[in-house]
Amino acid sequence: MHGALASTARPRRAVISTDVIQGAIYVVGSVPAIWTFYLGLTDQLGADPMRTLERSLGLWALRFILIGLAITPLRRLGGPNLVRYRRAVGLLAFSYAAIHLAVYVGLDQGFDLAAIWADIVKRPYITIGMFAFAILVPLAATSSNAMVKRLGSQAWQRLHRLVYLAAAAAAVHFVMVVKAWPLEPLVYSITACLLIVRLVFRLRGRTRRSGPRLLVAGEICVIVERL
Amino acid sequence: MKTGNDIPASEITPRSVYVNRREFVTGAGASAVALPAIAPVEAASLQFGQSPLSTRGEPLTSLRDATSYNNYYEFGTGKEDPAAYGSALKTSPWSVSVDGLVAKPATYDVADLIKGIALEERIYRMRCVEGWSMVIPWIGVPLVDVLKRIEPLGSAKYVAFETLVRPAEMRGQRGLFQPLPWPYIEGLRLVEAMHPLTILAVGLYGEPLLNQNGAPIRLVVPWKYGFKGIKSIVRIQLVEEQPKTTWARQNPREYGFYANVNPAVDHPRWSQATERRIGDGLFGKRRPTLIFNGYGEQVASLYSGMDLKANY
Repeated sequence: MHGALASTARPRRAVISTDVIQGAIYVVGSVPAIWTFYLGLTDQLGADPMRTLERSLGLWALRFILIGLAITPLRRLGGPNLVRYRRAVGLLAFSYAAIHLAVYVGLDQGFDLAAIWADIVKRPYITIGMFAFAILVPLAATSSNAMVKRLGSQAWQRLHRLVYLAAAAAAVHFVMVVKAWPLEPLVYSITACLLIVRLVFRLRGRTRRSGPRLLVAGEICVIVERL
Repeated sequence: MKTGNDIPASEITPRSVYVNRREFVTGAGASAVALPAIAPVEAASLQFGQSPLSTRGEPLTSLRDATSYNNYYEFGTGKEDPAAYGSALKTSPWSVSVDGLVAKPATYDVADLIKGIALEERIYRMRCVEGWSMVIPWIGVPLVDVLKRIEPLGSAKYVAFETLVRPAEMRGQRGLFQPLPWPYIEGLRLVEAMHPLTILAVGLYGEPLLNQNGAPIRLVVPWKYGFKGIKSIVRIQLVEEQPKTTWARQNPREYGFYANVNPAVDHPRWSQATERRIGDGLFGKRRPTLIFNGYGEQVASLYSGMDLKANY
């Protein structure tokens, strides 16, 4: 067990302010979604509003995933310990991914389930995007304190390490949707890679499992394949 | 807009409307958003005639969308980059060098290249390989008339086109991170180039082309994906071998030489079965993409007997 869960045992005074900050994170975190939908409804999302809306929601999902992954390295590098806010960040990531998916299914494809299924089966970028979302579902479902207790913190930790897989999949999903090699998706992809590599180094010696290493290799492969 | 006659679309639709159709339609935000100046002040409106080859019966994409949302990687990879940074390019003077297998190789001033050929308005659907589309009233001349002027030799089988390379004025060509190899190169088989639908455009919506749309002269081939429509042309070359076109070089598995619009031949990473029409807004339905972008009646014979899946 890591310091993460132990650190939630704080004096009463601090718990209250944690709740307030957590609430603030949810409020601030939902601003991009509300703002984007507002722009969409008032026809201010540019010439191709669907693309802008989808990109924006997906990008915020990826951003929140990466922010969540950056919390531990931030602490280890001597920064503040923000672990108690990670759940809020994670749930925001999940919410953005869910809305992103809902917009694709409902607004973009118009609930054309045949076309959507064909996309999932035939389009690697959609397959990978769906895969990333599928990973986030059990993580969101087990995010409560009660679920941590029920699963036991070790099993819970192991389960929630899957978020690295979701991060890699989401980054690849982004890289695969664009033409050529614009800088932005690459920056996100490299950030995800670095965070995953960090986990690999941390786990090295402690466990012989090579899952995360395969992940990194996998992501590099997808990028190389596109070259 | 349904017009069975010869009145140009720009006369039927009041300028204030087509300049900003989406806001006119929704009635929202028109007063809240300050519009950028769109029409170049110094440019004279073009004199042009109508053409029976124009596509009728579909609403035109607003001038604003047509001039502010497109791909022109020489100015950056973002869709807003061409409109934001295109103005840095100096398009006068402009010469086009014509060489290769032609009887009259020469360097033409762009005005001389098309001098004496009547300008026509050609309303065409424009389908981007990325899955969106527009309807644009181009002004231009049939490429075949320019080809007659430069007289291809019998051995010429392809026409190759090149875009300007001028990093000082094209910011997408500067820096370490270059998305494409320059110059941008496109090409057509000679029979495609001589087809009456193929034009060299010098304007849209009755005005000279803005830099973001490929001023001063660009190619428009309405039955092919938009990337075939090479912009700001500085060289036209008649050749015997199939030109190594830019996107086909960048990723040969994803982009072919032909690039005919075809809902049955998907991009390896996404479906080409449907498209979003720019201007339809957030609640607009995807439209089915048409074979040869709806121009099959005119151009399908160019490809008879050809495997369109293999020759994508």
